[in-house]
Amino acid sequence: MSAPALEARGLTRHFGALIATDDVAFALQPGARQALIGPNGAGKTTLINLLTGVLKPTAGQVWLQGRDVTHLASSARVRMGLSRTFQINQLFPDLTPAESLALAISERDGSGADFWRVAGGGPEIVAEIESLLTLFSLESDFDRPTRKLPYGKQRLLEIALALATRPRVLLLDEPAAGVPEEERRDILAALAALPSEVAILLIEHDMDLVFNFAERISVLVAGKLLTEGEPEAIAADERVRAVYLGEDAHG
Amino acid sequence: MSASDAPATARLTAHLHRRARWRWPEIVFWLAILALIFALPSRAGIINEALIAGLFALSLDLILGLTGILSLGHAAFLGLGAYSAAILATRGFADPMLGLAFGAGIAALVGLVTAPLLLRGGDLTRLMVTLGVSLMLGELANRNGWLTGGADGLNFSIAPVLALFPIGFTGQRNAALYSFAVLFILVVIARRLACSPFGLALAAIRENRLRAGALGVGASRRIVAIYTVAAAYAGAAGALLAQTTQIVSLDLFDFHRSADVMLMLIIGGAGYLYGGLIGAAAFIVLRDVVSAATPEYWEFWIGLALVILVLAGRERIAAAPRRLIALIAPRAAPRGVA
Amino acid sequence: MLTILLDGVAYGMLLFVLASGLSVTLGLMNFINLAHGAFAMIGGYVTALLMNRAGVPFLATLPAAFLIPAILGVALERTLYRRLYGASPLDQVLFTIGLVLMAMPIAAYLIGDEPQQVHLPAWLSGRIEIHGVGIGVYRLFIIVVCGAIAAALQVFLIKTRFGAQLRAAVDDARVAQGLGINVDRIFAIAFVVGSGLAGLGGALAADVVGGIDPSFPVKFLVTFLIVVTIGGSNGIMGALFGSLLLGVLDVAGKYYAPSIGAFIIYAVMVATLIVRPQGLFAAGDGR
Repeated sequence: MSAPALEARGLTRHFGALIATDDVAFALQPGARQALIGPNGAGKTTLINLLTGVLKPTAGQVWLQGRDVTHLASSARVRMGLSRTFQINQLFPDLTPAESLALAISERDGSGADFWRVAGGGPEIVAEIESLLTLFSLESDFDRPTRKLPYGKQRLLEIALALATRPRVLLLDEPAAGVPEEERRDILAALAALPSEVAILLIEHDMDLVFNFAERISVLVAGKLLTEGEPEAIAADERVRAVYLGEDAHG
Repeated sequence: MSASDAPATARLTAHLHRRARWRWPEIVFWLAILALIFALPSRAGIINEALIAGLFALSLDLILGLTGILSLGHAAFLGLGAYSAAILATRGFADPMLGLAFGAGIAALVGLVTAPLLLRGGDLTRLMVTLGVSLMLGELANRNGWLTGGADGLNFSIAPVLALFPIGFTGQRNAALYSFAVLFILVVIARRLACSPFGLALAAIRENRLRAGALGVGASRRIVAIYTVAAAYAGAAGALLAQTTQIVSLDLFDFHRSADVMLMLIIGGAGYLYGGLIGAAAFIVLRDVVSAATPEYWEFWIGLALVILVLAGRERIAAAPRRLIALIAPRAAPRGVA
Repeated sequence: MLTILLDGVAYGMLLFVLASGLSVTLGLMNFINLAHGAFAMIGGYVTALLMNRAGVPFLATLPAAFLIPAILGVALERTLYRRLYGASPLDQVLFTIGLVLMAMPIAAYLIGDEPQQVHLPAWLSGRIEIHGVGIGVYRLFIIVVCGAIAAALQVFLIKTRFGAQLRAAVDDARVAQGLGINVDRIFAIAFVVGSGLAGLGGALAADVVGGIDPSFPVKFLVTFLIVVTIGGSNGIMGALFGSLLLGVLDVAGKYYAPSIGAFIIYAVMVATLIVRPQGLFAAGDGR
């Protein structure tokens, strides 16, 4: 059996007295379609920050592609094939989608330090940008500054950027958050069209999206992994229902 | 991609290359300056000053406009370049090109060494460090009068450029042409740089460093690199200043110089390379006009200009030249401001 | 040597009072106010002019040195500063530089370029000996007064309700707002007090720095920035320690190694940055 694409071993993070992440262990297999759910404040984004290196763990390890990356910087992990999207769009307001994608691609293929040739020059890069634009329904907006795009399109660009790095592992932090109903379909379609070799961990509140997408679901509550399993099992799990129902009772 | 996508591909390619292409307003701009130098030989001195100020403002644009780094002490590199070139001349190496390279080189070296200090901490730290470095250098220059001439400055002469064109007191037009040539070459290089993947990465660092990092952009090395280049450009401006005016003084390290160049850049608009040139020209001309009336309190008007600019909204004011260019040549319109 | 130490402590105390307002503005609203030194300059001028032109006794000028910059602070904060709270750092920097660049020529025009001296009253001049250690009376006075101010500020911050609200707002302005704390008003008050303290500091510092002249705000700008960066912007104790450290090192440096003494503060700046870029006392979320 090959090494998991991404692994958390005993991952723990304290903020003073607050235990945000409590001894979390899980493994993401290559090509996985896994979702991480849990009530608000469960620590899902913290976990992603730990996995990507934005936060340093208080204890535990992160393994990527069979290598210990716990002490590796974020940008180094990206180069090793770990990409993420952000819950709140982190885009480049004044760059156009085409330029943003050109940036991601040239960083990936090593020409990021090139200071002489024109960015996005070669035909291969152009072709790749084009296919990404098409995949994410951004063909007609490629030359508008990002800040002028409607929110749904920005969210799609958010995912497109992460994908442009040709990751082996992709962490999606609530891709549908704040997206109006009509545009959610585009997000769903984009998720479905993601390459099958990429291992994907999806954090979401939108249960439709989760159950449509995931082959495996992990449940995070108060920083601890409550349970993990196939969608039907999770849907039927009493404890999971209690956690969510309890939350619903408070509205 | 199917054959019917060919026009789409072409448009995409054109879009990505739009800033790299030389548009006619740019060409007109440079020819106009050249014409001005020949048409107004008696004003060659002030034109020269404007060109040098433009180069200085351009150097700040590389770090402030392009990369988003706040600096309160950019004058440090101006002074370094000027004094290096001047000192070299006093030691008998009067060739201007050599002095130019030396001035830029020394400034670049100091930029390289101090750049790592900018990486940690936030904006406040950067302000403090850059201001601190420039004051420190000024103090050093002050104390080492044996090298810098202290408050009296240095006496030196410059050999003719390429051994053919004297640029001293009698060769003001040559001086302007010399500065023009240097500025033009450096602008061409800066343009290539801004349009390159490296330049794009810098813009990304400016726009959203977090995301840039999440895409694999290592901010540290890029920032050190561009800061060094910017220092070299400012050093070149300083060297030109020393060589064409044959004066160096300690006030080159002053806080005022750093504030002046910020104003120049902000007037013209940061982030598209030409803003500094335009702003510098406006600044020099205005200063010439205003200081005829109130010589000592020029500083007050600069302060007032800054306050008004900020209150009125930098974006809106800097957008004016951009919108003008967009009217004339839509696809040449520059992008992004700090 | 102890004399030097005490001189350094006095200078550090001065820096504390001068820079405390800047610390608070920065820590509270993340607002970079580079014009802070102008308030100090005004305070210094108030004292010097009241004494020299109106014969007012030194001590009596001090309240005015606090109040006039404070009032000016109110006026500026209400009209101009508050427009820029959410502005980008660049805008704040440009704006406050603009203010400083305006203030200095105004001072030069109204008062002249000559440094205005503060001539200390007889009872504050001279030196005394305490347990065999000599110290200038005025230095001692500064230590006592500034120490009292620091203590008062600390007590105020810890023990009063307003102080608690201020600390909450510094910690997290949004949450504080959500708790019903009027962050805007708190900031305005903190800004005004900070400006007043700067003025008072300027008045006290006049004798130590050889008189007040129009270039004061810029001359001391980097010093203030270093104090605020070293001390972090997270509380009185941090700012106090940072100021004392800087004061002692600066005075000692200039005394023991005059040729490099002036550069000591820059060395401290660099050292702090390398070791702890967010300041020696910040909670780790420095700007």
